[in-house]
Amino acid sequence: MKARVTVTLKTGILDPQGKAIEGALRSLGVEGVASVRQGKVFDIEIEGTDAAKAEALLKQAADKLLANTVIENYRVEVVG
Amino acid sequence: MKAAVVVFPGINRERDMARTLKLVSGHEPAMVWHAETALPAGTDLVVIPGGFSYGDYLRCGAIAARAPIMDAVRAHAAKGGLTLGVCNGFQILCEAGLLPGVLMRNAQLRFICRDVYLKVERSDTPFTRGYNAGQVIRVPVAHGEGNYIADGETIARLEGEGRVLFRYSSPDGMIDPNWNHNGAINAIAGILSDKSNVLGMMPHPENHVETVIGLTDGRGLFAGMVEHLAKAA
Repeated sequence: MKARVTVTLKTGILDPQGKAIEGALRSLGVEGVASVRQGKVFDIEIEGTDAAKAEALLKQAADKLLANTVIENYRVEVVG
Repeated sequence: MKAAVVVFPGINRERDMARTLKLVSGHEPAMVWHAETALPAGTDLVVIPGGFSYGDYLRCGAIAARAPIMDAVRAHAAKGGLTLGVCNGFQILCEAGLLPGVLMRNAQLRFICRDVYLKVERSDTPFTRGYNAGQVIRVPVAHGEGNYIADGETIARLEGEGRVLFRYSSPDGMIDPNWNHNGAINAIAGILSDKSNVLGMMPHPENHVETVIGLTDGRGLFAGMVEHLAKAA
């Protein structure tokens, strides 16, 4: 099964990298960008076919390692 | 003082740290590899030095914080054992949950490698008895992710309990945004755990301990720990 964990910064946490990207887009003439926040995507291959079990496993992975929940939120999805 | 320096792949300041510990305490520290599961018997002080453990992959310190040796470090700290994390070591202690908060990318996005001034907020801790409260010391920093942040409640608790031990300051001890090199909240450079036995700090006191280098402002931290342990024994 293919799965994806998306980690994003919590609202209110300053994201200097996102700000730099935002500035670069503006200087490239890409118009209409209001703001940029940088995050991470993990594509994970799961053994077995039990989607509920996979979701629990992904949550465990995110809580234990993939996200630092002090500053980050995460979303897990089993893509199938 | 029996010190143990924990070594992870990608750490590069362990020899500076070991040299300083030997110089100030007179005892060679044990170098403990991350895959070990126990600290040497009778360890008084655990030091997690600076560097780039696991190449800073995922988040600075994130992978090292989950290494086998960290359970032993956690147990040492839980018993009240002195634990010091410098630079990447501070990031690792935060990721391991031994200290609150997190070190983010420097506000100006640049790696900073220079001497900074630190205001020592308290002298009544195991780490700072070699200094006077309010004293300003000059020590180097070398980091890209030293911008300390935690949620508002945590910051209020750290401040209320006097757990901010070092702040970036001007040479005369003024807390000023111009001297807060990495943008850390409240100019925080180092914090204590709730039981005052774990210290995490971004600057490198171990690099300013010998007159041949020029400055010895970092020496007080190590001499203070030696004195604290001698008194406790």
